[in-house]
Amino acid sequence: MDEPRSFWRKYVFSVDHKMIGIQYIVLAILMALVAGGLALMIRAQLAWPNTGMFKPEAYLSYVTMHGTLMVFFVISPAISGLANFLLPLQVGTRDMAYPVLNMLSFWTIVPGALLMIASFFMPGGAASAGWTAYPPLSAVESVNPGSGWGQTLWLLGMALFIVSFTMGGLNFLTTILNMRAKGLSMMRLPLTVWGFLVSTVLGLLAFPPLTAAAIMLLFDRHGNTSFFLTDMVVNDQLMALGNGTPLLFQHMFWFLGHPEVYVIVLPCVCMMFDIIPAFTRRPVFGYRPSVYSLLVVGFLSMIVWGHHMFVTGMNPWVGKYFSVATVIITAPFSVLGVNLLASLWRAKLRPGVPMLWCLAVVSAIGFGGLGGLFLGTMTSDIYFHETYFVVGHFHLMIGTVTLLSIFAAIYYWYPKMFGRMLNEKLGRWHFWLTALPMMSIFILMHMQGLGGMVRRTFDTSVYAYNETNAALTIPITILATALFVGQFLFLFNAIRSVRHGEEAGRNPWQATTLEWETESPAPHGNFGETLPTVHRWAYDYSVEDGDRDYVSQAAEGRA
Amino acid sequence: MTTQTIDRWRNGSSPWGHTWQKNMMWWFIVTDGILFAGFLCGYAYARQGSEAWPATDVFFSVILLTVMTFVLITSSATMACAVAASRAGDRLATRKFMRYTLAGGLGFLLMQAYEWWSVIGAGLRPGVNPNGDTLFGAYFFLVTGFHGTHVLLGLIVILVAYLRRRNEAAPLNPDGIELVGLYWHFVDLVWVVIFGCFYLI
Repeated sequence: MDEPRSFWRKYVFSVDHKMIGIQYIVLAILMALVAGGLALMIRAQLAWPNTGMFKPEAYLSYVTMHGTLMVFFVISPAISGLANFLLPLQVGTRDMAYPVLNMLSFWTIVPGALLMIASFFMPGGAASAGWTAYPPLSAVESVNPGSGWGQTLWLLGMALFIVSFTMGGLNFLTTILNMRAKGLSMMRLPLTVWGFLVSTVLGLLAFPPLTAAAIMLLFDRHGNTSFFLTDMVVNDQLMALGNGTPLLFQHMFWFLGHPEVYVIVLPCVCMMFDIIPAFTRRPVFGYRPSVYSLLVVGFLSMIVWGHHMFVTGMNPWVGKYFSVATVIITAPFSVLGVNLLASLWRAKLRPGVPMLWCLAVVSAIGFGGLGGLFLGTMTSDIYFHETYFVVGHFHLMIGTVTLLSIFAAIYYWYPKMFGRMLNEKLGRWHFWLTALPMMSIFILMHMQGLGGMVRRTFDTSVYAYNETNAALTIPITILATALFVGQFLFLFNAIRSVRHGEEAGRNPWQATTLEWETESPAPHGNFGETLPTVHRWAYDYSVEDGDRDYVSQAAEGRA
Repeated sequence: MTTQTIDRWRNGSSPWGHTWQKNMMWWFIVTDGILFAGFLCGYAYARQGSEAWPATDVFFSVILLTVMTFVLITSSATMACAVAASRAGDRLATRKFMRYTLAGGLGFLLMQAYEWWSVIGAGLRPGVNPNGDTLFGAYFFLVTGFHGTHVLLGLIVILVAYLRRRNEAAPLNPDGIELVGLYWHFVDLVWVVIFGCFYLI
């Protein structure tokens, strides 16, 4: 394919997977600033509840939009961006299977993000039914102010996101399955690629029921139907809304919602398997068990959604099933975590900023996973469900684990994106200003939850028993502010290093996978005249090969 | 982008002996199928919990539905013939069978429009049902409407594929016709499930 010359074809409507990947990451960063700002407003209200800064309904819309934006328009596009950038390079091909569809995928998520932002300016404000959008909160306009046009735009924005995800996902999948370089069998794939593969399949299987639910909810709002509505009392008035059931929405939502956690966590964990060996200079521990565990985790994640619904009054036997299945997931997931730990065992670590992030990710997986046990078990979840224990837990898993590993990945692959290294000193400051506050915030939230502090509440000081928990609230807000401010170090570093960073060269980390075979930044078409041929797995470290201690996947010779 | 450059960019092995185009279509069909499964699970949930679900003969004419189903399945068969003819390199037969398929799909849509017209005449609306549970009307219009949209999209895709093979100079590209055919068979298969769920039981 000819290299595009014009500005529009090269930087805006580009079909080159590397440019689309960077576009996704830039979108994620912009949305992260919005969603992070919302988080600060939430924290300000919680720390100083009686100043009258925000109205209660505005607070609820900040909580809703913070969650929605972070999950679907920050973490997801950041991972899509990394997948876009890495997949064709790591499987040794020139571009995605269907580059035009790839471009369409990006230009579908952008209007989705704009709709989400636009919902703040609707009468009644942005959606405020929570990121889960449970009806009747999200379906009946008189229930809350955000349930007007804000909620409709929210649903349309989600629909665009799902369409974008489907287009991107189909591309990821066929690229991995069909476009692999000669010799690159499935069991020679880097675990990063495996992570994207499993996560894409999960997403493609789990999103359609949410699409169905969103369409039905739109009809409930604007088409006079009552799929999710039943007769109920609103503002002291009996409303005859119909004879549907809100419970159906919860099932359809969480059938997506739980796999979605794994859609974003699994590729993040798997990227660690590729970054860590470059710094320990040893193969990862247990490649095959990791692949098999990944597949088992993926399968199990599709059949445990009910553990989000223990307090809906479901049949206790159904709850028991969901409890047991959830606890079983711990086993294969622990294999992944323990393999990461074992990869570090007795290694002489090379210093490097990406490695710092990896270590933080491993410990976040440990903390987060431990809290998950209490929430997956029905008996303890019923106590914890409405508290900050849940907030702390899911932020550790789908906030901390993912963001920290996305940063690890950006620090690690930035040289391949721009041909220059990120500044190391700024990187270290950024690391400590991110990892320390993040871990502390969410571990402290677990403690508040143990003390019974209720979530989704505008002013928790109205409950007298919260006085003991309140002591932690202001420290958490201060830590959150430090976390937000720390990110500007990264922004400064990332923008400055595009021009002023140290030249990286082809393979600054002495790593084995295919993306390091080509120039940095990789040229249009990725690999010059001939595509690489693969001769071995992705983790040939700790071998003697002349003056080098690693053998690239594409190097000929010893198999 | 011309076909020539695509070929230069293609490499690697093909799992299950399929091209990436075919793999992509199969995975798309899987996700789209799960979308319908979501609707139908909701339908089953509502119907199981309802005490006043109308019997199938209250609104529907089984004769009409049988004819509709027969026409749609026949159009699937003619689509398969079109794929076979294009594999054999027979342009005239390919175009003939694609015309039959278009006629079958269009006939199905017209009959469905007539069916909607008659149930609306009987007072059924998405939120109103004179003979029983209101959810009945909601699910009926949702699921058949969504399926009808799929049929319409399928017809547009077939029409485009048909027009692109109008003159002798254009490549016949049997792989492309097979992809269109896959989607069309899927739409028909979904209809068979809907037919069973709504009209038979």
